[in-house]
Amino acid sequence: MEAEQLDARTAEFLAYVQDGGLVEVHDWMPDEYRARLRKFVEMHANSELMGVLPERDWILRAPTLQRKLALTAKIQDEVGHAQLLYRVVADLGKPRSACFDDLLAGRSKFHNVFHYPTRTWGDVGVIAWLVDAAAIVSQKALLKCSYAPYARIMKKICWEESFHILHGRDVVLALVTGTPAQFELVQEALDRWWAPLMQFHGTPIPADDDPMVRWRIKSQGNEAARQEFLDGYVPQILELGLELHDSKLRKRDDGVWEYTEPDWDELMSVVSGHGPASQERLDFRRRSRAEIEWIGQTVLAEAA
Amino acid sequence: MNTTPAGTVFEVFRQERKGQPFQHAGSVLAPDLRFAEIYAREQYGRRQESNALWLVQRDAIDEVSDFPDEFDLKYRRVDGYSIKARLKEARERAGTHES
Repeated sequence: MEAEQLDARTAEFLAYVQDGGLVEVHDWMPDEYRARLRKFVEMHANSELMGVLPERDWILRAPTLQRKLALTAKIQDEVGHAQLLYRVVADLGKPRSACFDDLLAGRSKFHNVFHYPTRTWGDVGVIAWLVDAAAIVSQKALLKCSYAPYARIMKKICWEESFHILHGRDVVLALVTGTPAQFELVQEALDRWWAPLMQFHGTPIPADDDPMVRWRIKSQGNEAARQEFLDGYVPQILELGLELHDSKLRKRDDGVWEYTEPDWDELMSVVSGHGPASQERLDFRRRSRAEIEWIGQTVLAEAA
Repeated sequence: MNTTPAGTVFEVFRQERKGQPFQHAGSVLAPDLRFAEIYAREQYGRRQESNALWLVQRDAIDEVSDFPDEFDLKYRRVDGYSIKARLKEARERAGTHES
């Protein structure tokens, strides 16, 4: 799609956003922009909502009362993020109930990392630290999104995610300074999560070819996000004496990280609902939606 | 669109500290003002990050966003006054000009 093929109004809009212009809820926007933005924010919202399920499994099993409370608070934050993001999607023309319909029917997606089981407390620490760290790299780049209502929500989300990373790092530090068995819990969890983490930011399509970057919905390409994650977190992982089992992982003299090519087929398969925990998680959401339907109806009837 | 079967949209404005301006934070969808208040407290106040919140029904907001300036009224603004050259001349006449 070349700029000269666009109608004048769309071309003007594209130039405006590329030049740093911000768009508000009632502003005119091209259909393609609205559709791409809505799909992107909807997947983000779905991911926040589905992302609490791996952690929910551990509320009752968390080792201390303090950890149970912190984990519960994190889960409340993430569900809150989903609510805020579904509001943004609703303003773009798709109500939350329609988003739930599509999510539960498998017609829309959520992030790959939330399709895997949490086997041990070590997984909970690694998720809260490294999955949230990978997410915050992408989310920080969204602070500059051309759609201002989304960017404003991201400010709050990033602020809360910074607590989560610290909570996760604290869980991991407690384990790596504990018994050899506790240390091993973290190492095993890291081994399980490394492949999904390396897939998390997506295939390395060049930013110039990425329509999400062109519309300035995203300000960072996938590979740039992965490089930032590696640069920030590989040293933090290794300094704890943990190992990353990728023989090709190294930082070149020019500052670029090399690594074994992630399994993109696995990524595609997992996000299309074929991950080890995909259907179990969706089943849980289907059950809970049916179980709590009466609450919404009662509340609306009461207010009417 | 702002009142749907699922509720009414309330815009949330947030004041971080006393004395600061209220800034738009986001919106909540609620059956009525009581629920909007509960949702807004949970979303924007549960960490003591706000001094106060304003809740306003979206339909009650009247936005004005066009400010035409056909007559180039720049004498109302600081960029309408270029005093550099005159100030220099005045200083030279007064003999207070520093070269």
